Amino acid sequence: MSKRVLTVDDSKTMRDMLRLALTKAGYDVVQADDGAHGVEVLQSNPDVDVIVTDINMPRMDGYAFIDSVRKNPKNRATPILVLTTESEPEKKRRAREAGATGWIVKPFDPEKLVAAINRVAP
Amino acid sequence: MDPMESIKQTYFQECEELLLAMEEGLIAMENGEADGEMINAVFRAVHSIKGGGGAFGFEALVAFAHLFETVLDHVRSGKLEADAGVVKALLRAGDILADHVAAAREGRTLDKGHDSAVMEELAQLAGEDLPEAGPAPADFDDLDFAPVPVMFADEPAAPATGTGWRIRFAPHTSLYAHANEPLLILRELKTLGALTVSADLSHLPELAAMDADAAYLAWDIELEGDAPREKVEEAFEFVTGDCDLEITTRGSAPPSLDLQDIEITQEPAGLQPIAEPAAALKPAEPTKPAAAAPPAKAEPAVKPTIRVDLDKVDRLVNLVGELVITQAMLAQRVFDGDNHAANSVDSSLAELEHLLRELQEGVMAIRTQPVKSVFQRMPRLVRELAAQTGKQVRLVLEGEATEVDKTVIDRLGEPLTHMIRNAIDHGLEGPDGRAAAGKPEEGVVRLSAEHRGGRIVIELSDDGRGINREKVKAKAIEKGLIPPNAVLNDDEIDNLIFLPGFSTASEVSNISGRGVGMDVVRRNVVELGGRVVISSTPGRGSRFTMTLPLTLAVLDGMVVAVGNQTFVLPLTHIVESLQPRAEDVRAFGRDRNLLRMRNSYVPLVRIGELLGVAGFEPNPSKGVVILVESGGAGRLALAVDAILGQRQVVIKSFEGNYHCIEGIAAATILGDGRVALILDVDGLVGRCRSNLQDEMSATEPKATGTAG
Amino acid sequence: MNDIMDNSGQTKRQFITFWLGEQEFGADIMAIREIRGWTATTELPHSPHYVLGVINLRGMVLPVVDLKARLGRGRTEATAKNVIIVVRCAEQTMGVLVDAVSDILTVTESDIQVTPELARDADSEFVEGIAVLDQRMVTILSMERLAETLVAQHKVSLAA
Repeated sequence: MSKRVLTVDDSKTMRDMLRLALTKAGYDVVQADDGAHGVEVLQSNPDVDVIVTDINMPRMDGYAFIDSVRKNPKNRATPILVLTTESEPEKKRRAREAGATGWIVKPFDPEKLVAAINRVAP
Repeated sequence: MDPMESIKQTYFQECEELLLAMEEGLIAMENGEADGEMINAVFRAVHSIKGGGGAFGFEALVAFAHLFETVLDHVRSGKLEADAGVVKALLRAGDILADHVAAAREGRTLDKGHDSAVMEELAQLAGEDLPEAGPAPADFDDLDFAPVPVMFADEPAAPATGTGWRIRFAPHTSLYAHANEPLLILRELKTLGALTVSADLSHLPELAAMDADAAYLAWDIELEGDAPREKVEEAFEFVTGDCDLEITTRGSAPPSLDLQDIEITQEPAGLQPIAEPAAALKPAEPTKPAAAAPPAKAEPAVKPTIRVDLDKVDRLVNLVGELVITQAMLAQRVFDGDNHAANSVDSSLAELEHLLRELQEGVMAIRTQPVKSVFQRMPRLVRELAAQTGKQVRLVLEGEATEVDKTVIDRLGEPLTHMIRNAIDHGLEGPDGRAAAGKPEEGVVRLSAEHRGGRIVIELSDDGRGINREKVKAKAIEKGLIPPNAVLNDDEIDNLIFLPGFSTASEVSNISGRGVGMDVVRRNVVELGGRVVISSTPGRGSRFTMTLPLTLAVLDGMVVAVGNQTFVLPLTHIVESLQPRAEDVRAFGRDRNLLRMRNSYVPLVRIGELLGVAGFEPNPSKGVVILVESGGAGRLALAVDAILGQRQVVIKSFEGNYHCIEGIAAATILGDGRVALILDVDGLVGRCRSNLQDEMSATEPKATGTAG
Repeated sequence: MNDIMDNSGQTKRQFITFWLGEQEFGADIMAIREIRGWTATTELPHSPHYVLGVINLRGMVLPVVDLKARLGRGRTEATAKNVIIVVRCAEQTMGVLVDAVSDILTVTESDIQVTPELARDADSEFVEGIAVLDQRMVTILSMERLAETLVAQHKVSLAA
């Protein structure tokens, strides 16, 4: 059975690109438009194997989303990769402090995306 | 289509929305109304434009957006105060970003010169008051936007030794809390070369004392082969800081344990889920800057939306139009046919009509959009015009949420642009002139939209000098647009500026005088089935009022009979209908007629004569006269044989199957399945009045002040 | 439009033939959408005499041309026996009123002759050529040229 990835991003462009890259790599993809939507989607899809989330989003940003996922007993062990255009150690540190498992730097290369997912998803 | 190409299109579509959101936020900042979330939204918009742009390799755009975003980040974190100067700079940056997007869309790159000034300005803003000020402007084009996207650890990679690596890896509890999994890292290392792993179990407590979330294990790893150090470090990229990690070149071989054994025997250690999160699981205190809004702030205004291809909606609209026609035909057949059957079917038909009307409205509503999308383009125009004319202008937008059909929105931009140009160029005085008139130096241009009586009313007003009627009238006479002895009231004089060939600018300015005048505005509006009028108070300003239909697909019409033909008159143009007395119809000139209505005379035209219909009633007093009004051109009395009724009709164009016919706006299909023509009232009125004017200049008029 | 000049190939073309009075005409079958019975038209103001007006073709407003009048052979007094050929070419749709449809004709390009110079008259602008088969002579008309004149020429304005 293929792994299921939840992507959370407010940009349709990014969502489409993630879907394209992940579907090509054989993943099952579910998508959400922002953190709050992500929480909802997770409720109906608690079995996602990996979460890929943006940080800057309306309604609920990436940090708050990760926090919420980590507080949910069902998903606290779900790996979360943060999509970031910021490569500075500061941003990575903050993402990790918020509970992220790893990060992907935008613009991402589909191969690196898949490699990053493989590194965190069993 | 290539999926990337279609994503690119999505990107540009999204950019349009993001640019609007950005502009909206920046304008709120300018007005001092922006809260933290608003500033955040601006930041996000620029950030998303940059993010997508990077994916498509729009380097110039990304470089610019990055700098822009950096400044915005300082603003939202409070490092940079958003005073008037800064906001002005941000607005300029927003305009340039829009230019970058437009350039990228057309497949070109913006000239270096185009953004360099603003770029410098941004760099300066980004550099101020910043601890890390130094590198910010300089390094924007390397790190984030390097073609290889994943960044490695900072230290340079040691050259591969060929002897492999010895790695000591001791996860901290936090590693598990972040949902990292040592076994997966080992799996990745295995792809780099032959691996020998030994688990260090020395810290493992008694089972009873074990905390399932805590880290007790450590690994000693031997990696053979010539994998470069950076590859090894990359495998540990996500756990840096969450473990003790030593990577050294390989020396002696420690006791080994096969990886598979580890997987089987040790797996539960890190993965066992428990109900209570361990302390380490809690994320650190948010280090968000003070200015940023609380992340989970609810935004109830956000409604779920779907993006639908316009063609699909149009197909639906057409289909519903067909249904409406079919229903009307059915009703007609029943009516024409057996009376007995008619009675029994009648009520269900009425019900059907009711449902269809609702369905039609529902489908039409899908096509509606807030006028915001076109209003939001105006602030930039105003800024540019203000800069060009040296005038100070504040644009106030009202009723942006007012919804109207997309087709109307798409065609609203041009007339609005002309009107705003006109208001700023001709309407508003310069700062000195305003001071002399006792007004604040900053002029105000107000653009508003509202629904009124099933139409959308858009008003554009300014607090400038108003229309100089003496000058306008003199000009109109000089240009031969009105006879020298014409008696016109103030409103009529004001509306002269809509006549073709009229321009109030004494000298042609490079703003309004581009060969287009207000006549173009009127034509645009008329083409949309609307009208536009101006009212003005000298010294106090002018107000343009545009009235437009909410949709271009249906109209409410009056169905009239003329000879053997049936025509539809748009209801919005109809003032009243009457049966004139014979003595109220006066001959005028060679073969013209005027209709006396109360105390004024209105030109009277027989539709049958005008359109060459056979067998029409030649005597207006034996038929019906319909008084129509055209926004710009005044009133006209149209003689028809009879009024058949009022109904909503579906507008059908000739779709390029036939050329335009003057006086005919479009066609529709009536209940009996026959085609009826919809009259173009503005065209008819304009034409007849100008004919009349020709004649008036030749003949001494019997009546003056023709408009009632 | 000069494909009829090319005699090298043996390309076959199909035409729908129809009668106008005593003469048989043909129109390329590729341009024909359907054939309908006569329907009363709604007159268009200030249109040329050969434009009968418009009809409703399943929601589309379709102009109808009286072909006989267009070719300068006098007006058709349309009755239920007449037919309207619905033609679509060059992104344009129109109805063409004729007396009756007669046949489908398959001819090779080489069977179509250029109109003899002497036989040309004012309305031969629509004639592509003449197909001669045994006893029959069919005048091939260009529907495209006919359609063009509906949108391009005849600028109509309201006579004052």
